[in-house]
Amino acid sequence: MVRLEEAGTMTLVVSDVSRTFSSGDGQKVEALSGISFSVQDKEFICILGPSGCGKTTVLRIIAGLESVSGGSVTVDGAPVTRPSPAMAMIFQEYSLFPWRTVEENITFGLELRGLDRTGRAAATQKYLDLVGLKGFEHRYPYELSGGMRQRVAVARALAIEPSILLMDEPFGALDAQTRNRMQHELLSIWEKTRKTILFVTHSVDEAVFLADRIVVLTHRPGRIREIVTVPGTRPRDRTGEEFGQIRRHLLDMIREESDTVQ
Amino acid sequence: MSRRLGFVLPILLIVGWEVAAILVNNPFFLPKLETVFPVLLSPFSDILGTGSLVQNSLVSIERVVLGFALAAAVAIPLGIGMGRFPVLNDFFDITLELLRPVPPLAWVPLALAWFKIGIVSIVFVIFIGAVFPILLNTVDGVRGVKNTWVEVGTTLGANERQILTKVVLPGAAPTIWTGLRVGFGISWMCVVAAEILPGPTSGLGYLIMYAYNLGQINVLIAGIIVIGVIGLAIDQGFKAVEKRWFGWRRLER
Repeated sequence: MVRLEEAGTMTLVVSDVSRTFSSGDGQKVEALSGISFSVQDKEFICILGPSGCGKTTVLRIIAGLESVSGGSVTVDGAPVTRPSPAMAMIFQEYSLFPWRTVEENITFGLELRGLDRTGRAAATQKYLDLVGLKGFEHRYPYELSGGMRQRVAVARALAIEPSILLMDEPFGALDAQTRNRMQHELLSIWEKTRKTILFVTHSVDEAVFLADRIVVLTHRPGRIREIVTVPGTRPRDRTGEEFGQIRRHLLDMIREESDTVQ
Repeated sequence: MSRRLGFVLPILLIVGWEVAAILVNNPFFLPKLETVFPVLLSPFSDILGTGSLVQNSLVSIERVVLGFALAAAVAIPLGIGMGRFPVLNDFFDITLELLRPVPPLAWVPLALAWFKIGIVSIVFVIFIGAVFPILLNTVDGVRGVKNTWVEVGTTLGANERQILTKVVLPGAAPTIWTGLRVGFGISWMCVVAAEILPGPTSGLGYLIMYAYNLGQINVLIAGIIVIGVIGLAIDQGFKAVEKRWFGWRRLER
């Protein structure tokens, strides 16, 4: 399964990962079971599944924020056991530090590394430009709309120059129009920066629009139901026939998975 | 308009007081305003051989600052520890809950027994008064720091110390500041009360008690006004800082 890559590229391998939680009354709940997939450099992967399938847990395990009960996650062969600067995570919402300005948020990771003021200001300009928020560096998060906040969160994650971006339903709390625009912009950022992206979502439409491949999870315990490759060039036509077919296929699977709950 | 409405009652009270003072016509019960104002308007002149208003105010403020600073120095680190590590909380919680309901002034006799009459006993009582509100607010503030913030910090490469100084402390700061403000208010009450009790020979509390003993009710009332004004000014100072530095919390959606 592990392919040898040429120098300078990255391979993320999730291998037979399982995760059990103990519930309040001491019972073991199996959240994830036998999750295996690998991600190539610069790939855009969506993890899709019904709510409660553990898709966020998969992402948190890859980020090193949570431990596995079995199996392993490796980046270029090295196991991930705690957060590493090779990966940056973008959370659902309200993840900005409200006491810091936009600039201070974006440069948080650089400040930790001891980068001086001039270097940080330069990085701020670079990434604000990339996410289309030039001129907002001295604003506070409470002055920004939901979409603008998530742009700052993206800029903050990119600023530490990770090779992998982990995104946990980052647009889930946005209205439909803002969400569409953010999807377009994320693709353009992805094309400019050539990061590997793992993107968790429960929206079939979002997954088909964004991903090279979609990892579909089953209902609890989350297993991999299917890994769907999305063909076709970008930008994808949401009203096109191919888009519709993949969408229908995914919706059927999700519906079946949701039905098993009832 | 609504702000102006708030000034109606104080004006009525002052006018009513003056009218009542004229009717009662007994300076040992209710002195007239014109006997109180001269005391307030000459804050640097000696009063009944106890020192001036300003001198006595400074003595009280010095005591408060000492006791309050000590309380903050103990309560903030302890509160951060308790808020962050459940083990510390479990260790201290019951003891603190037992001590907390004891009114600070109940410690005065014990303070006198331990530290004798003097600044140490007064500072001790102020410390007791201020330490609990600061501690409880610090614990609350630290617990209120969103886990997402801590995780963002971790994924961006922060170590344990950086999480503390760059995420937990700034995130908890507004609540800690509220604790300091409440703690300072209680300190101010404690110092006046402690100075009224036997022992001290200076301070605003001592001054008003001394004025009472000599039947100088106008001085007593002037002292009360000064105590109120200083308390208010310090509270406004705390509020101003809160607005300036911690506005983000109020505005967070």
